[in-house]
Amino acid sequence: MKIAVCIKRVPDMESRFRITGDGKTVDETGLKFDMSDFDGYAVEVALQMTEKLAQGEVIVVSLGPDAVQEALRKALSMGAARAIHLKTDRVPADGFAIATALAAELRSGGYDLIMFGKHAMDSMNGVVGPMTAELLGLPNVNSVSKLEVAGGRGTARRELEGGAEILEFPLPAVVSIDEGIARPRYPSLKGIMAAKKKPLESKPVQLIAPRLEATRTELPPDRQGGRIIGEGAAAVPELIRLLQTEAKVL
Amino acid sequence: MPNVLAFAETRGGELRKVALESVTAARKLADGQGGEVHAMALGAPGIGAKADQLGRHGADVVLVVEHPALAQHSAEVAAATVAARVKQGGYDAVIFSASAQGKDLAPRVAAKLGVPMGSDVLAFQRSGGGIEIKHSGYASKVIHTLMLTASPAVLSMRPGAVAPAENPRSGRVEAVQPAMDPGSAKVVVKETVPGRVGRPDLGEAPVVVSGGRGLRAAENFRLVEELADAFGNAAVGCTRAVADDGWRPQSDQIGQTGRTVSPQLYIAVGISGAIQHLAGMRTAKTIVAVNRDKEAPIFKVADYGIVGDALEVVPALTAAVRDAKKGH
Repeated sequence: MKIAVCIKRVPDMESRFRITGDGKTVDETGLKFDMSDFDGYAVEVALQMTEKLAQGEVIVVSLGPDAVQEALRKALSMGAARAIHLKTDRVPADGFAIATALAAELRSGGYDLIMFGKHAMDSMNGVVGPMTAELLGLPNVNSVSKLEVAGGRGTARRELEGGAEILEFPLPAVVSIDEGIARPRYPSLKGIMAAKKKPLESKPVQLIAPRLEATRTELPPDRQGGRIIGEGAAAVPELIRLLQTEAKVL
Repeated sequence: MPNVLAFAETRGGELRKVALESVTAARKLADGQGGEVHAMALGAPGIGAKADQLGRHGADVVLVVEHPALAQHSAEVAAATVAARVKQGGYDAVIFSASAQGKDLAPRVAAKLGVPMGSDVLAFQRSGGGIEIKHSGYASKVIHTLMLTASPAVLSMRPGAVAPAENPRSGRVEAVQPAMDPGSAKVVVKETVPGRVGRPDLGEAPVVVSGGRGLRAAENFRLVEELADAFGNAAVGCTRAVADDGWRPQSDQIGQTGRTVSPQLYIAVGISGAIQHLAGMRTAKTIVAVNRDKEAPIFKVADYGIVGDALEVVPALTAAVRDAKKGH
């Protein structure tokens, strides 16, 4: 079982974000970074799968500047066998450009499963996984909250609005992982030491010209909240009045 | 004359509300250009009966793809059929909803067409030779404006971002064959797990009542359900903590790692208001919060706050909403 997990390094979402001087994007200087949440679940699912089967290996892949190696090292310290860094000077907004580079790397890798997180916490797009699947011509299941493989086939539970479906598919396949499937483990000290000696291959890649670019980024206006109308059940009549006459939602 | 293709989502032989939103959005995009809107609906034989509804919302042509195996949605068949149609030419944009189905489908279609896409789009307008879109990022803490210069432009629209509007066109039906044999799809649906019946979906409901740990026990969610029932059109959500504790299914979770909702009215019951949760509901039109702790961050975003125990306030609120509804 050879599993690739594609991960992204993103800033801590608890941060107070500022906009760059040119107004185009988020100023990421001085922020704390980590592996994107759903990508962490995907790494954990992949590790559990190879542990359960007692065979196979997990290879983590990330595209971006040198700093993404931090996220790759973290995945190595969790237990991934090796890492591939596709080096670019930035991570473009154009998900198709990213998927094209990933597909070129993954195509000849002989992977049984290629995993993604459902979406990255910064871009909140969720397009790179299904696009990569399509470019590789592989079966694709997204928003997976349960995953089992046996005999060259996979069974996945996929979350829908207020429901779910159970899907079956042949391997190799591409899946994107939703929440609720597995809590990512914390790297042990031993894991962190071992990760330093694990192979991390960095190779420059040329991205295709982007056709989706951020031109402006803004912080949404703060909500004018903060109005406490009263305490306990006694405040309910006033709330009803405001919902009817002011907010006009009742 | 560039036309716009709208993917008209169906489930169980019915059009979903987001299908009408996609047609409405496509109409807006086509109008400036004098182009036509073509709405594509896939389903079991009989789905063509929904064509008039699509026509009423602005479809000049309804592309009906009927096949017995399409009683069950197949992303592979849908993606192949949409892409094959677009490749025939004449389209400069393809509109999906950023629903579960659309989020799954749109990127596959975009990749088949060799183009990037605008995902979970809040607003759009044509600008120069491209389309300018708004999209929220960084846990919904920023709004990006992006320029999409690829053609065709593939967009998935945030559910609720465009309200379905009637704009009657002929809705002329054209039968289209699936671009692949539905029996040869590699991914097969083995079982469908239904959601709770009798409640609108979180993404579509005008009112969302949501509960957190302040309810103290899973069984107290009954109070949240009753308040939702009093509204009649409300969905029920929850926080991540509550979903992690197994009080509620993960699919009910609202926040950074769950669903994003923008209802007319959001009632947060016993929810402190962590960033994780606010990311999923801060764009609601009106927010009401009930919480024991008057310092809870939820009150900073709430239009109306009541400081108090959810177990005491919610039943009173339920009774008052029932009375208010009766008065109408």
